[in-house]
Amino acid sequence: MRASTQGPASPATIVRSQAGLEWRLMMANGEQILLTLIIPVVLLVGLSLTEFVSLDADSRIGRLEILVPGVVALAVMSSAFTALAISTGFDRRSEAIKFLGTTPLSRTGLLMAKTIAVLGVLVVQLSVIFATALLLGWRADGTVLLAVPLIVLGTLAFAALGLALAGVLRAEATLAAANAVYVLLLLGGGVIVPSSDFPEPWSGLVSALPSAALADGLRQTMSAMPSPATLLGCSAILLVWAVVGGLVVRKWFKWTS
Amino acid sequence: MNNGAAAILLEDVGKAFGDKIALKELNLAAPAGRITGLLGPNGAGKTTALEICAGLRPASSGHVRVLGTNPWQAGAGHRAQVGVMLQSGGIWSGASAEQAVTQVARLHRNPIDPQHLLGKVHLDHVGRTPYRRLSGGEQQRVKLACAIVGRPRLAILDEPSSGLDPGTRRDIWQLIRGLREAGTTVVLSTHALEEAEELSDWIVIMDNGRCVASGTTRDLTSDPDSQTLRFRASAHLNRAALLRALPTGFELSEDTPGQYRLSGSEISPTIIASVTAWCAEHGVLAAEMTVSRRNLEQVFLEVTAQTQQATS
Repeated sequence: MRASTQGPASPATIVRSQAGLEWRLMMANGEQILLTLIIPVVLLVGLSLTEFVSLDADSRIGRLEILVPGVVALAVMSSAFTALAISTGFDRRSEAIKFLGTTPLSRTGLLMAKTIAVLGVLVVQLSVIFATALLLGWRADGTVLLAVPLIVLGTLAFAALGLALAGVLRAEATLAAANAVYVLLLLGGGVIVPSSDFPEPWSGLVSALPSAALADGLRQTMSAMPSPATLLGCSAILLVWAVVGGLVVRKWFKWTS
Repeated sequence: MNNGAAAILLEDVGKAFGDKIALKELNLAAPAGRITGLLGPNGAGKTTALEICAGLRPASSGHVRVLGTNPWQAGAGHRAQVGVMLQSGGIWSGASAEQAVTQVARLHRNPIDPQHLLGKVHLDHVGRTPYRRLSGGEQQRVKLACAIVGRPRLAILDEPSSGLDPGTRRDIWQLIRGLREAGTTVVLSTHALEEAEELSDWIVIMDNGRCVASGTTRDLTSDPDSQTLRFRASAHLNRAALLRALPTGFELSEDTPGQYRLSGSEISPTIIASVTAWCAEHGVLAAEMTVSRRNLEQVFLEVTAQTQQATS
């Protein structure tokens, strides 16, 4: 036990290894898989093959063009917001976060690791969702790569909001609130049904939600002729939510329960 | 104790949570390379003191130095040298013992091999079981392994053996002694006086947020009137008459009818002979004589009772 050999691992190793563990824990959790993978895929398949929800389209391909961006936005919301909030809430309750505060992992490092883990979960989610969509007959448009920066921005916004929720409420309250917000945004957040399909004055309000901003933005990137103004507007809304969430985390996140 | 060699030094440390005062003018020093046992009744402030030392909370007042640094403001370099075992929780409930210990190891530059450590704490057979499904004793050992896997210079262990069966507790003690042999300073809190007496080189007794006594077990138990002679005889002896047969400086009490306790500076064979002779003269048989030193439990009860009186 010589002093010269002791010390922390490099910051990059610390964050990378922590992100790896967080990813494995998220992927091993059955309830989170239901939320992040099964529900989006079931919605994609169910709503494209049936007319259970009326969408402004007259064919399956037309429905898929509206549904795929929405389901991708839902996938981002489920892992970056709901799953992240719940797992962080329970890490606070199990005092894993408190213990980590005594290790070389800094708190910023922990939040970075969690966000990277969510991006890792998203890679799996999106692979499954896009594969399913392709099987259903959806065809990717040339501008679909524009979706990548928007997905990253949406992930940051939802992760900041999820961490804000988990850092302020108790674990059980976080569980309830994260699920409730997920369902509310799924039904009325402009995810599956575009915000422009809502009647006024709701349409304007809904379009300011992070869920609608992400879904509307993604619909632009996956359409034949994306409108730069709408894309910028959606990105700006996501950025504002990311900053708001980040400020709440910075000011009010409680590391111990 | 020489404070220059202290791994932890708290001077006049106070801590309040709103109106509730957890620590007041706490002075505490933990010698480097030794095992310090922190004793105290529930609510004495042990966990608060340890959490301040671990850098989890700032002190409200006073001076805190851990390995020469203020732990509340310390960076990753300092935290890598201090291993902490929290009293409750601290491990991801869904992670296995192996995942948890391996991850904590990865945060350090030169950790102990996690597999080797899991074997040492007898967890290799449950290495892949999620933490939440482990028994209380197994969970304690995962937490201990996480605290020491980074080869810390200082290990802060909050009740490391609580809830363990006697066999496992002995194993944990062995492990903690091993840390000291490797040069690690250990500071542990415990409710078990036997544990403190068995393990600690230095004992700190806390009560009401203060240190009420500290020293080696020998220092603490070697009070002038630390020896006791207990014996059984017929009830209601004339104690004053018996005391007159002895040198001055002894006290004799009848704890329950027929159960006597003589305490004084030294219970020598002469004293025992005087007691039996006096009893024989009065036609009484003194039986079941036992001589004992004052033990840590008596010291603990005395010093904590004193502070209870002082504060009430």
